[in-house]
Amino acid sequence: MSQGAVATAKAPARPSFRLGLAGPGLTRGLVVAYLSLIVLIPLAAVVSKSFEGGLGSFWDDVTAPQAVAALKLTLIASAVVVAINAVAGTIIAWVLVRDEFPGKRIVNSLIDLPFALPTIVAGITLLALYGDNGVLGLSGVSFTRIGVVMALLFVTLPFVIRSVQPVLIELDRDMEEAAASLGAGPLTTFRRIILPNLTPAILSGIALAFARSIGEFGSLVLISGNIPFKTEVSSVFIFSQIQSDREVTAAAVSVVLLAIALLVLTAIGILSRRSLRHAAR
Amino acid sequence: MPPADAATIGPGPVRNGRGKRSLAKYGLRGIALGYLLALLLVPVVLIFFKAFDDGIAHAWESVTTPEAIHAFYLTVLIAGIAVPLNTIFGIACALVLVRHKFRGKATLNGLIDLPFAVSPVVIGLSLVLVYGSVDGWFGPWLAEQGIRVIFSVPGMVLATIFVSLPFVVREVTPVLQEIGDDQEQAAATLGANGWQTFWRITLPSIRWGVTYGVVLATARAIGEFGAVAVVSGKIEGKTQTATLLVENQYEHFDVAGAYAAALVLAVMALAVLLAMNLIQRRDGPSSKAPSTIAVGDAAALTSGKEL
Repeated sequence: MSQGAVATAKAPARPSFRLGLAGPGLTRGLVVAYLSLIVLIPLAAVVSKSFEGGLGSFWDDVTAPQAVAALKLTLIASAVVVAINAVAGTIIAWVLVRDEFPGKRIVNSLIDLPFALPTIVAGITLLALYGDNGVLGLSGVSFTRIGVVMALLFVTLPFVIRSVQPVLIELDRDMEEAAASLGAGPLTTFRRIILPNLTPAILSGIALAFARSIGEFGSLVLISGNIPFKTEVSSVFIFSQIQSDREVTAAAVSVVLLAIALLVLTAIGILSRRSLRHAAR
Repeated sequence: MPPADAATIGPGPVRNGRGKRSLAKYGLRGIALGYLLALLLVPVVLIFFKAFDDGIAHAWESVTTPEAIHAFYLTVLIAGIAVPLNTIFGIACALVLVRHKFRGKATLNGLIDLPFAVSPVVIGLSLVLVYGSVDGWFGPWLAEQGIRVIFSVPGMVLATIFVSLPFVVREVTPVLQEIGDDQEQAAATLGANGWQTFWRITLPSIRWGVTYGVVLATARAIGEFGAVAVVSGKIEGKTQTATLLVENQYEHFDVAGAYAAALVLAVMALAVLLAMNLIQRRDGPSSKAPSTIAVGDAAALTSGKEL
């Protein structure tokens, strides 16, 4: 151990920093072990369980009508939510960066509330608003697909805003002014100058919102009513399968959800990195 | 949001007539604030009214029953175990990612974010499959040693560690990158050993990043529902956390009681927001102005892969 330290200190290259007395290898090993025990081994167990009955039974599980209906609702609702988020999130980020009004600081802080608020509290709150004795008299919303969308809109609100905001702050205003001085109207300036610069941020925001939406559980479990074929999303379907001891089916649908989330995040990651590189050129 | 920004931005050039420009401005402001009001503020304010629907006395009673007190105690206990463990892991992991060069670093960096991409229910299921005492991978062996993980507190702690794992790593990594290792090198040259360098140089410079990560992880740990619901078995007075209590009371038609418990959690969430703001201000507006959970996530999952 001490010999290793001496060797690093004498090396002409910048010695790598070591955490405490532990060599770099030991720290790294502990980090990997912790991650494996908590995250990787359990997720591997889900994948392994889902294929327990072979590929055929995996396919049967994920294509069963109730599973398909749940997955369809999950994906469509998430797509709708993400589309609304892209527009509303960009407008809110714009107003928070470019506009000035009293109380802006407070509004800006409140944006993170959906992240800080426990999802079950979000769910029960939305019931107070849209439920049977709802304040707004919108009792038609709970236990419907609109209720699912409302809950998802609440929990994913900050993603696009928080990813667009810093880009908008950094955005060089010279380009906009140049466009305006060349006679471009505000809409043209926005479409041709501002939007292309914001696109990578909007994309990464909606990717995160999408990943969050397809997995969301706590805020939906009360407001959706969990009616199979109607308001049952995949996470709730998985939960009910676990409760009725059908772990293989639960695992199979879990693997599908996991694959979609990873696919979306990877795709958007590649896309936004490419456009960043493009912008830098 | 640093006010300096707004000052330098100013009103901008006005070319298409002030009227049209300000109409657009007020229009956008109206849309943005209206959306936030309807989606965010109204529901949250409503919890306060709902909680006191049956009077303050009832609200107080329902959050001070033995079951409720135990639920809040359990929530605090679980967060109290999960967050410190994730903090130690988070700092170590960030140091490994930033200061070490090794093969598979990009993979490790990507894997850290997995908990963000996994549904809480799937997290719960994954733990049942590994630690379930009947047919889990390690469960039966642990059961022989007299350790019960699923349907008991250790499983709930594991679930909470899983969901709150990335936060400290993601907040500390950019800070470590920014401060560089010049001071650590200097300390090493002057004869400080690894621990001394860590305690005297590294930790003080990353302390606000760590604090921010801890706040986020704590919020997530307190609020976790799905993963804990799967592994807990929901045994009242035994494995019921505060979030499970809210659901349980609602399902058993004690609606005002459910809202009272929800209110306590909402107040905790507001305290978290306040803490986030205080830390950001202390951290200096330049380095961390709008950085939040979302940006942490975004950086982590998309652009952050290039360390």
